[in-house]
Amino acid sequence: MVNLKRIASVLALGACLVASQGYAAGGATHFEPAELEPGNVASLQRGARNFMNYCAGCHSAQYVRYNTIGKDLDLSEEQLIDNLMFNAEKTFETIQASMPAEDAKRWYGKAPPDLSLMARAKGADYVYNFLKGFYVSEDSPTGVNNVVLQGTSMPHVLWELQGYQTAHFEDHENKDGSVTTTFEGFELLSAGSMDAEDYDDFVRDTVNFLAYIAEPVRSDRRKLGVWVLMFLIFFFILATQLKKAIWKDVT
Amino acid sequence: MTEDDLDRNRRHFLTVATVTTGVIGAGLVAIPFISSLKPSARAQALGAPVEVPLGSMQPGEMVRVLWRGKLVFVLRRTEDMLAKLPEGLDNLRDPDSTEFADHQPDYAANDTRSVKPEYLIVEGSCTHLGCAPLEDFEVRPAEGWGGGFFCPCHGSKFDLAGRVYKGVPAPSNLRVPPHRFVRDDLILIGQDTGAA
Amino acid sequence: MSRIEAEVGKPQGGFIKWIDDRFPLTSTLKYHVTEYYASKNFNWWYVFGVLAMVVLVIQLVTGIFLTMNYKPAAADAFASVEYIMRDVEWGWLIRYMHSTGASFFFIVVYLHMFRAMLYGSYKKPRELIWLIGMLIFFVLMAEGFAGYLLPWGQMSYWGAQVIISLFGAIPVVGDALVELIRGDYSISDITLNRFFALHVIVLPLALIGLIFVHIVALHEVGSNNPDGIEIKKNKGPDGVPLDGVPFHPHHTSKDLVGIIVFLMIFSAVVFFAPDMGGLFLEHANFEPANMTATPEHIAPVWYYTPYYAILRAVPDKLWGFILFAMAVVLPVFLPWLDRCRVRSIRYRGWMYKTALSVFVVTFITLGWLGLQAATPTYVLLARVFSVLYFAFFLLMPFYTAMDKTKPVPDRVVYHG
Repeated sequence: MVNLKRIASVLALGACLVASQGYAAGGATHFEPAELEPGNVASLQRGARNFMNYCAGCHSAQYVRYNTIGKDLDLSEEQLIDNLMFNAEKTFETIQASMPAEDAKRWYGKAPPDLSLMARAKGADYVYNFLKGFYVSEDSPTGVNNVVLQGTSMPHVLWELQGYQTAHFEDHENKDGSVTTTFEGFELLSAGSMDAEDYDDFVRDTVNFLAYIAEPVRSDRRKLGVWVLMFLIFFFILATQLKKAIWKDVT
Repeated sequence: MTEDDLDRNRRHFLTVATVTTGVIGAGLVAIPFISSLKPSARAQALGAPVEVPLGSMQPGEMVRVLWRGKLVFVLRRTEDMLAKLPEGLDNLRDPDSTEFADHQPDYAANDTRSVKPEYLIVEGSCTHLGCAPLEDFEVRPAEGWGGGFFCPCHGSKFDLAGRVYKGVPAPSNLRVPPHRFVRDDLILIGQDTGAA
Repeated sequence: MSRIEAEVGKPQGGFIKWIDDRFPLTSTLKYHVTEYYASKNFNWWYVFGVLAMVVLVIQLVTGIFLTMNYKPAAADAFASVEYIMRDVEWGWLIRYMHSTGASFFFIVVYLHMFRAMLYGSYKKPRELIWLIGMLIFFVLMAEGFAGYLLPWGQMSYWGAQVIISLFGAIPVVGDALVELIRGDYSISDITLNRFFALHVIVLPLALIGLIFVHIVALHEVGSNNPDGIEIKKNKGPDGVPLDGVPFHPHHTSKDLVGIIVFLMIFSAVVFFAPDMGGLFLEHANFEPANMTATPEHIAPVWYYTPYYAILRAVPDKLWGFILFAMAVVLPVFLPWLDRCRVRSIRYRGWMYKTALSVFVVTFITLGWLGLQAATPTYVLLARVFSVLYFAFFLLMPFYTAMDKTKPVPDRVVYHG
């Protein structure tokens, strides 16, 4: 499949670097771009639903209040309560994980990180590729590993949607005798309920929502910025004329 | 007009226009800074309405709750207390609660200053300088005291409907916070019937 | 003038006089503003001083509002920054203005310093202005460093770890000094608390005091100009320099244009790219400080990276520190390293022009290298450019003395 090949090529470099080094090293690694649409409210709403259904069981978003989401994503209080607030009572509450952190730590060996700022800390592309990067690995206690974050303790939560895939790695011997392993691509082992394209869209919406909660004010600040610049342009024209008038006599 | 005059006029106009624009700009910039001083989303969340269950309250019993960090008294008045409310109105500064209309919601602007006569809900903050009054429900006719609240800071006195006595520093009756009965045995302090 | 106007006007004049009898108000305004004469041929390089003042005001005002919501404790600091960004109304704007302002402070100050190098503004009789300016720069570096710890993110923590550890390279007292700076055996709540005190009280006070002295010293000797000529040498019969125009309204109206252009660029960053691609707000700083894991790649904020690249270029801890410190301190000696008889680059020879151009390239390249991972190629490059950096200063007495200069005109060059 074209899509998988493309993933393969872009992830090749990522896999040979350890874990999250790629993004942190200044974007040297080329992830498949997430191609988010920050202004697409429907996508954000779907992402919110996906997040609450699949992520919020284990992950919190402790800085994010439900009513902020409601305001920004055009959701009424009823819609918030009915569709998103599974373990919260009041809309001003922040998003807490259903599973207590202590339990999660015992189960997975590591408490699942808070997701409020994940898309900002790691980059949306990182999260997008991570959610698509699980592959079957017998060495791992969860049965899966991830090409973006080797040795991740997160299980493949979305397997019912994506299905299971295997990853192909190849060893290359370097001139100095060391061995470099490159990631060559995925192969679908058992199909999930979604085809590859639908799964991409699913992940894209989810990451779109994660990018939104990482900075809820993003679209507001851009809108305001236009007005500020327009004001300053007007101010600039006036000030330039004044300067010229005052300097007219200087020879 | 000479060319010099024209120049002077133009310069004057531009100076006024530029300064005005600058002042407007500075004013606009001040808005976010001043707005940032308002109660934040967290303060609003922490200041959310408070539920008070009434099921176990006995007549004559009073509980103290905090709403938005403010002390609120919830007093279940006895038949006796209610019966005495209309007495001695002459000693009160504002017995009909008309002088300060904003000190109680309309639904509490009545003889008992309450939604249900039995339950008095008032802010435990003296209208003089904000101390917390003490309850003193013992009736002492010799002192002219029919029971009520007494502020230890400057000696202001209020009756069992939170109405201020004459001749004390406090200028007005105790405030009644917005509240509503969710059920017969549960009140919500901080929310009106109006605001859903 | 009607009688009423005359009467209304009288108490005003009287009031000013009442003040003037007790405080030098009018005379100070005259001396520093309306009768401070600066050359009419200032170009746009001369706007960065006033822009530094604008940034200072932005940082002070936004800083005051941030302190109202920020909590200088390890357990709360990171969350309090997110609280500002999300829960405080307009908090995000105030925070972005402050974080963007930090970077712009350095941009403006670097350009301000470069202006001095272009036109020899540090040369006699303005050496003291330059020295005070360098002190301001050092305090600013400390201010930025202390401030960067406060968000208590991964970069805050590990960046501070690296820079504070630097002082451990000093022989004998190093380790004790490091403990004294941290107030603990590692960077902790205690360190954060004292860095907060430094960032919001000690260093800003020092900064304001030094800037005041910087301006007093400037107004004592008068501003230099792009021709490097003393305008006071050519005075009219009224005692006013022939090439000078009053600071107000001439330079103020010109500066206002510069300030507005600056605010446009500043706003563009604040509203459209507050992260500046990870340069102004580093990605890793959106993760809370974690004492058990260093991010794979750490670099200081961009404004320190030229010096950081020099530090990394040296394969020895002590010498790395020494060269790092020298790189920061060397510009202090510019007034005495520069032996050229003319001030402005306009009348200098090819040697200084070449040296200064190479220096600009060197400084920017070192800054870029300091942001990259230290691969062998980059370290080698950093060594080459470090040598060039030091050569610019250490060879200056020779090439500036040898350089052929052009004749300097008597009056400034000004084309209406």
